[in-house]
Amino acid sequence: MTATGVDTAIGSEAVRTMTYRDAVREAIAEAMRADDRVFLMGEDVGMYGGCYAVSKGLLDEFGPERVRDTPLSESAFVGAGIGAALNGMRPIVEVMTVNFSLLALDQIVNTAALYLHMSGGQFNVPVVIRMATGAGRQLAAQHSHSLEGWYAHIPGIKVATPATITDARWMLATALEDPDPVILFENAALYNTTGELPLDCGPVDLATAAVRREGSDVSIVTYGGSLGKALEAAEILSEDGVSAEVLDLRVLRPLDTDAILKSVSKTHRIVVVDEGWKSVGISAEIGARIFEEAIWEMDAPLRRVCGAEVPIPYARHMEQAALPQVDGIVSAAHEVVGA
Amino acid sequence: MNDHHLHLLHDMLRVRRFEERCAELYQAEEIRGFLHLYIGEEAVAVGVINSLRPEDAIVATYREHGHALVRGLDAGCIMAEMYGKVDGCSMGRGGSMHIFDRDARFYGGNAIVGGGLPLAVGLALADKMNGSHVVTAVFFGEGAVAEGEFHESMNLAALWDLPVLFCCENNLYAMGTALERSESQTALTLKAASYQLPAWSVDGMDVLAVEEAASTAIEAVRAGGGPHFLEFRTYRFRAHSMFDAELYRERSEVEEWKERDPLDLFRDRLMGDGVLTEEGWRSMEEDVAAEVEAAVAYAEAADWEPIEDLERFVYSEVGA
Repeated sequence: MTATGVDTAIGSEAVRTMTYRDAVREAIAEAMRADDRVFLMGEDVGMYGGCYAVSKGLLDEFGPERVRDTPLSESAFVGAGIGAALNGMRPIVEVMTVNFSLLALDQIVNTAALYLHMSGGQFNVPVVIRMATGAGRQLAAQHSHSLEGWYAHIPGIKVATPATITDARWMLATALEDPDPVILFENAALYNTTGELPLDCGPVDLATAAVRREGSDVSIVTYGGSLGKALEAAEILSEDGVSAEVLDLRVLRPLDTDAILKSVSKTHRIVVVDEGWKSVGISAEIGARIFEEAIWEMDAPLRRVCGAEVPIPYARHMEQAALPQVDGIVSAAHEVVGA
Repeated sequence: MNDHHLHLLHDMLRVRRFEERCAELYQAEEIRGFLHLYIGEEAVAVGVINSLRPEDAIVATYREHGHALVRGLDAGCIMAEMYGKVDGCSMGRGGSMHIFDRDARFYGGNAIVGGGLPLAVGLALADKMNGSHVVTAVFFGEGAVAEGEFHESMNLAALWDLPVLFCCENNLYAMGTALERSESQTALTLKAASYQLPAWSVDGMDVLAVEEAASTAIEAVRAGGGPHFLEFRTYRFRAHSMFDAELYRERSEVEEWKERDPLDLFRDRLMGDGVLTEEGWRSMEEDVAAEVEAAVAYAEAADWEPIEDLERFVYSEVGA
């Protein structure tokens, strides 16, 4: 699972094709090989191999002390991760899905996010919490939340949303280096996706957004599970003669305002795509920042393609109607470009 | 042994007089926010913490001034914290409920009931994984046993055989709710026992009983005996916080418990045993009064943090 044997003369052209799931697994395994302080803890991460098979095989390599199955006690094992981090370890706590993380909110919000501040800078909490997020698999309302924006509301934690194979592979290493709590949201719809991992890449930053496709007519700003849809929409738009720029936020806290402003200062139009709800969410925050900093750059009203303001329904046609879709993004882009 | 007993008495007196002064300073509006006094419960922190080693860890609650003092945090730094001064032990960011000290391994000052228990489990997990023979003592009130975090943490600590000493300070009231009004099972040791933890009840008004139980339990935990649970039966003489009209308990009940004031009981006992003289007691009072007044003077003289620093300590200052 390493780059050994690859002709380095090929340089940045050399890539490996792999799934998002394998990229996350490789990231965990390499971090554990490199640092004895790193361990994985969560529900069914060991014998079961992970709810999404992310940690399959890790128990065999690292044993039950470092690939630690927990009871269904989200508050206790997230808090235990925080305590272990305070005491010199570098835990990776897997909360099976964001839906269950609500049972651990006290530890995340009242402990992890606050201890550095409340202790006057004495107790930083270098914990990494990974969780699956998102809808689209007919799991109904209680298993389909997209609450990245909730967590991004809280000062004291960092919130990252790996959307590409490269970020899935390399964000974890940076998160483990970070002295403060980092939450990594893995959109469950991405685990089976395949992409190319450049062999010469390494740890990536947890601070900046990335332009995934250059364009000049409209900025499509998104993150996580919606990036693929945004890129698909941009392709269709180009056939329609509209040049769309796709900005992957990558990190929701801290939010890379400069990258958003830079993009809209070029295109003067924006469509925000967010699987989360529109009201009081990430898309609203982006709108507010543009209103504060770049209102005179804008040639058209902001448009938002977000999750409908309903609990996610089970029936497939209803669920799909509740989520951002490619044609909705294309329509919104045409609307602002024509404005 | 006599010196040790005098030390325990001295510690209890320090906590008592320090907090009495805090109450005055609260009335004088020097200390603001919530102020939860430990008066009446001193024997618990004094007996347990004196049984710990410097390398052991402590997780406490929002009623933790006493624990911090006994652990060896400077009284001036604690007082300055209550004043909200930058020279306070948490730089004025925490106040009365959030006293922290890295060197003393004093992990707060957690003001969410039950919130410190998972943290203690994690501290102990790291120690176990590192093979160090360190104990984490976590304090919480009997109100915390109604929280899910209590049950999750007890189970996890027992399941993983972690070196945690669970110290339940049962003062009979969760703010204003009596134990029998909130629990179907009021025998707290049974709850712990259901998670396979050795558990016993201790007279929390008797500092020597506390110390004996704590020492025994800590020794067992340190030796790899897994987590232990101690219930300390104690009583809060003062109101829950400074905003409490005490409508939920009879004055006579408070007076009855005051008959068993842990400080008076132990002082009288040491005097009866000839270990402490009237003069020795006076000198101890003077010594403590001087410490408390020095703490107040330190807090008064301490600086306020500049407002420009407001956004510090949200994230670590890397490279600083």
